[in-house]
Amino acid sequence: MTVTQTDTKSDADAPAPVEKEHLKRLLATGERPPAPSAFTSARVFAWRSMLKIKHVPEQLIDILIFPIMMLLMFTYLFGGAIAGGTVDYLQFLLPGIMVMSIVMTTMYTGMSVNIDINKGVSDRFRTLSIWRPAPMVGYLLADLFRYAAAGAIMFGTGMVMGYRPDGGAAGVLLGVALLLVFCFAFSWVWTWLGLITRSEKTVMSISMSIMFPLTFLSNIMVDPSTMPGWLQPVVKNTPISQLVDGVRGLFDGNVDSGSVLTTLIWSGGFIAVFGFLTIRAYNRR
Amino acid sequence: MSQRDLAIRAEGLVKHFKDVKAVDGVDLEVPAGTVYGVLGPNGAGKTTTVRMLATLLRPDAGNATVFGRDLLADAAAVRSQVSLTGQYASLDEDLTGIENLILLSRLYGYAKPAARERGAELLEAFGLSHAAGKQVKAFSGGMRRRLDIAASIIVTPKLLFLDEPTTGLDPRSRNQVWDVVRTIVAEGTTVLLTTQYLEEADQLAGRIAVIDTGRVIAEGTPGQLKSSVGAGSIRVRLHHADQRVHAQKVLAEALGAEVELDDDPVSVTARLSPGRDTAAQGAEALGELARAGVLVDDFSLGQPSLDEVFLALTNRVQA
Repeated sequence: MTVTQTDTKSDADAPAPVEKEHLKRLLATGERPPAPSAFTSARVFAWRSMLKIKHVPEQLIDILIFPIMMLLMFTYLFGGAIAGGTVDYLQFLLPGIMVMSIVMTTMYTGMSVNIDINKGVSDRFRTLSIWRPAPMVGYLLADLFRYAAAGAIMFGTGMVMGYRPDGGAAGVLLGVALLLVFCFAFSWVWTWLGLITRSEKTVMSISMSIMFPLTFLSNIMVDPSTMPGWLQPVVKNTPISQLVDGVRGLFDGNVDSGSVLTTLIWSGGFIAVFGFLTIRAYNRR
Repeated sequence: MSQRDLAIRAEGLVKHFKDVKAVDGVDLEVPAGTVYGVLGPNGAGKTTTVRMLATLLRPDAGNATVFGRDLLADAAAVRSQVSLTGQYASLDEDLTGIENLILLSRLYGYAKPAARERGAELLEAFGLSHAAGKQVKAFSGGMRRRLDIAASIIVTPKLLFLDEPTTGLDPRSRNQVWDVVRTIVAEGTTVLLTTQYLEEADQLAGRIAVIDTGRVIAEGTPGQLKSSVGAGSIRVRLHHADQRVHAQKVLAEALGAEVELDDDPVSVTARLSPGRDTAAQGAEALGELARAGVLVDDFSLGQPSLDEVFLALTNRVQA
């Protein structure tokens, strides 16, 4: 009888055999480093997300293209009708549209949590003795990098289109910082949603139905005083409108400390409530 | 067995998913320092049991301790002693081999340079150095399994859960995983291994629990399980198919036992009588066949295979 050797996939790049003696030495070290601190483990998870961006850079495209599209569309489509000219309108619109596009992209966090949690690697993370919220905080830290990148691109595009911030560099940086704080806090809504829903599609449709009314019923595109009287108090007091007031004030150099403070309070609230719900959902899975 | 020698003691574990009783009252006692096999068909409740013991799922009822630590009250202490290699690779597919090991080493508390070093050493020991910079999604099944096990021993665990570690692997990869499991146990780690393959449980496990429809239907050493379904058998493969009926008659007279014609047209199987020495019965059977002029090509004598045990046990439950 003849035996024919067939090439299978594992033969093609056949790994070297397991080195038993080496393996024994590694097992015998008995090394048990102290568990990492909360901060270190969150940072390691952020590093993981950054590596994913490196390996799958396509995921940055929509997060960078979408804001520019929004900026161009709203400025040139509505500028004439709303403010009588695109340059004036841009001056009003830029801080708001920046808030809108970046807050909208926080939705992706929920989807990536949902995809990730159903993979085997999450099981491994959950059997490690690390700070429980670390994986979530890790996602959010890496997302902050993406938001900052999106913010920088929008601001650059705005400058090219003729936007000039009266608040100067300090005002712009503070405004962006406020936006990032809010996004970090607001994202806990999505991490929770990502954990309790069955599929990423569900996450997407629920987040859309929250984000559209929340961003359009705001002071982003138009001054709320042009709206019907009954609607004004609602629109003026949503967390998004407060955030836009704060960011716009900082960019324009006439900051309203009330709206900044309200935004920080909202942020604290989101972290407290949805951070708690997220961790509870994470522990229960 | 005293409490301290047990790696796992579980009593009445139950987990229901909607109307499905995935695990329906499982008791386990896993001695420390051994390989314990949990054997059962797909959907028997093996993975759900492991997920509960690894603190990934909360049991609906029952309780368990891992090295004396309570699964629910002291989950953090349990986590610090166990590692899990899940049924589907517990690795990040987007990252490379070395990145996965660095990531996990960091989470086990190694500082960055030490994590890199530990990762490289593990890759080398597992024969994966050449794939260090390759994304895991491009790994073959065998490589993936090895990396997965490597990740589980970054810090040598006291208890390692291996959920169907060789399902879907080719025979060579499977043998390598077996070697790794033997080495890990020899160094003092307890391994709880689930498998659908009787041969695997027979090869590796000191004790086996057979699970079907969410319950343990039998437990013991492989030898005990085999003898629980009766004595062994003699299988004779003849040179001429036309001598088969003759051989059947000779064996039936010699052993006073039931002799079956196998599906294979040249072989017959005789059940041994439980009370008598196996070797003596075998010698007698061969002698009688030779005297009767039956030409024998192949002859095997032994305990029932675990396959037979398994089928006997699962049928008994269904009946």
